[in-house]
Amino acid sequence: MTDKNGFFDLSRTGLTRRTALKGLAAGAGLAVAPGFVRYSQAQSSAPIKIGFQSHRTGIGAAYGRWYERTTAAAVKAINDAGGINGRPVEVIIEDDGTDPGRGAEVVGKFATQHKTDIVYGTLFSHVVIGSAPAAGEAKMPYFVVSEGHHVASTKLNRYVFQPGITDVKSQIQAMAPWIAANAGKKVTQIFPDFAFGYDHRDYLPPALKAQGAEVIAQIAIPPTESSFTKYFPQIPAETEVIYHVMVGPAVLTFVKELGEFYGSNRPQLFGFIDSLEATDINSPGLEFLDGSHFWEGSPRYAQPDDSAAQKAYRAAVGIDDNGAAVGDPKDVSTAAHMFGCWETLYVVKKAMEDAGYKGPEDRAKLVEATEALTEFAEGPEHPQGPKTFNGKIHQCFGIQNISKVEGGRLNVVHKTKIEDGLYEPEGDYTTQAL
Amino acid sequence: MKEASPAKAYALHLGVIALLFGLSFVLPEYHHGLLARIMVLAVFAMGYNMLFGYVGLLSLGHAMFFSAGLYGAGLAVIHLGWSVPAAFAAGLACGTLLALAIGMLALRTSGVAFMIVTMMFAQVFYLIILYFASRTGGDQGLVVPQSARVLVVGGTSLGLTDPTVRYMSALALFSIVLLVTLAIVRSRYGRVLVAIRENEERTKMLGYDTFSNKLAAVVVSGTVCAASGAAYALLFGYVGSTFASVQYSILPLLWVLLGGAATTLGPLIGTLFMYYVVDVTSGYTSAYLLIVGIALILLVLFFPRGILGTIRQRWLGWLP
Repeated sequence: MTDKNGFFDLSRTGLTRRTALKGLAAGAGLAVAPGFVRYSQAQSSAPIKIGFQSHRTGIGAAYGRWYERTTAAAVKAINDAGGINGRPVEVIIEDDGTDPGRGAEVVGKFATQHKTDIVYGTLFSHVVIGSAPAAGEAKMPYFVVSEGHHVASTKLNRYVFQPGITDVKSQIQAMAPWIAANAGKKVTQIFPDFAFGYDHRDYLPPALKAQGAEVIAQIAIPPTESSFTKYFPQIPAETEVIYHVMVGPAVLTFVKELGEFYGSNRPQLFGFIDSLEATDINSPGLEFLDGSHFWEGSPRYAQPDDSAAQKAYRAAVGIDDNGAAVGDPKDVSTAAHMFGCWETLYVVKKAMEDAGYKGPEDRAKLVEATEALTEFAEGPEHPQGPKTFNGKIHQCFGIQNISKVEGGRLNVVHKTKIEDGLYEPEGDYTTQAL
Repeated sequence: MKEASPAKAYALHLGVIALLFGLSFVLPEYHHGLLARIMVLAVFAMGYNMLFGYVGLLSLGHAMFFSAGLYGAGLAVIHLGWSVPAAFAAGLACGTLLALAIGMLALRTSGVAFMIVTMMFAQVFYLIILYFASRTGGDQGLVVPQSARVLVVGGTSLGLTDPTVRYMSALALFSIVLLVTLAIVRSRYGRVLVAIRENEERTKMLGYDTFSNKLAAVVVSGTVCAASGAAYALLFGYVGSTFASVQYSILPLLWVLLGGAATTLGPLIGTLFMYYVVDVTSGYTSAYLLIVGIALILLVLFFPRGILGTIRQRWLGWLP
């Protein structure tokens, strides 16, 4: 993959120009075969340009780095297999600085300077929400891998999609049955006092209540806090489970101080791995997490029952059995989220091929074709697992993993069902004009 | 500094406005959109310059005035369904009232203490936005619906999302603020502000009420910054707490220092320069902030008064 001004860098992918040409020639040969008539109309040597809004700098940089690697791997796989509609895919990267103002500018830059076919990216909710108006105004399909509930809330616009990763409301809801049945019925929540924490604050209590459990205390910790000991006496003594979603650099201090507070006699702990993405689970101070459980979108550590597709995906992205970069065990990935990049790009491919996408004039068709998607089967294109897609709210639904920290690694102990994370749609994007 | 004839000064400023107007028809699409954004943010810088450049008060809290306008206008549209002009007025009013209140308190201090007090107030404002997340959207922010961002003028509906309408709206705001700034700077009141900056004790001795004059400057500055924030919300459709963070208090300071403090056109030059340095260098490296930093150091070394400030000092003494 190149930076913004170049094409997908073939030299870094092992794909030579000769091989690419052979692939294109083979694709062209297939195109004249029966059944490929639809694609033949889209044949063109011009690449499909995907604008990748990346967190290269700012608080999201660790995610950005791994999102780029996953994207490079997915684009290589797609191009190796003949591209989209027989056209190669070119990714152009712009740094959004994990800033909503810059994010919107970057979307504008993709639309008006790079003239990309779509925009794709990024993780942090405020960047997505800040960029969404620019995408809607430019009528630019904007595929995000953010996991926020903002897309599914239908508060954005018809051009914003999240087809490759489930949203946080769905994730939280899917955790409740397992927590109530296995960890405990009396839950105390500790969460950061900002939007990511509020999702957990708002969605967990009703989900637990439906399972016969309850949240007995909610402790919001200001984002500026660097020491947490003073909050721990607020945890009720009868607490059976501490549900924690602290994120950011303070998480190591948080865990260490929680360990000092409880010693060896602690309640069950359940957390979201978001706290520890790109962080080695064996970092000093995290010993207290041994035996606790985490939500993971996709498992960081290789599992004994990993599918062939999962193994191939991990190899393609370049992560070892411990979820770190091959050759650099300290470079821990953001495995729980970055699979969404891989899967989103395959959704884009599918939707573009369904729409017979030829160029920017077909963006509206692409939107409708994406909305018409309903299911993604588990396999090489969707290695995390099967998914359903709700075209009205532009959001996919899938399985979740619950992993236990054992012997310095995360072992998956439970996989939820897709139905565990379904909820009533809050609106319908398809009623908006294109 | 030589005194420019009014005609010369106004001709220069009108020429800049005409140039910006003309650029609307020749700029490529991307730069057209970027310049609209730069003009809105240059208004923010002009508001900052009013206090920093002309009164010599270095605030580290102007993000609160910008975001007062941003939220004042944005929330009025989102929650109250107000029209664009009414929402813009609400944003202005929020900025004016906030500046009046903050000015009355913060002006009891000066120098480093003023910097710290304004920064603390801005931090309070930022945390208030997070605290009332159910209404403000907290750190995620809120989208101002595209359907509501329509300006009705004499029965004609102008969508603020249209690139031309957006550019011209930004230019109109920029032009008004530029000419008002020029008028203030050239007025007796503007000279009193400069006198305060140069020697407040002496200005007091001459019989001027320096507190009232400084307070008026804070209010004007806050109102202009709020105008920029309100325009940003209405033209670009997003309100978020990032714009109230300390980063957005530092940025106008940098823009003004770059362009030239106490020059009327310096804020535009500084904002333009900074935007394009970031835009171009980020195309080559993710370490673009390092390049920005080096550019700033070089500017301080070779253009210690900023770009226009140095030009005025060395060549064009009449520049306002």
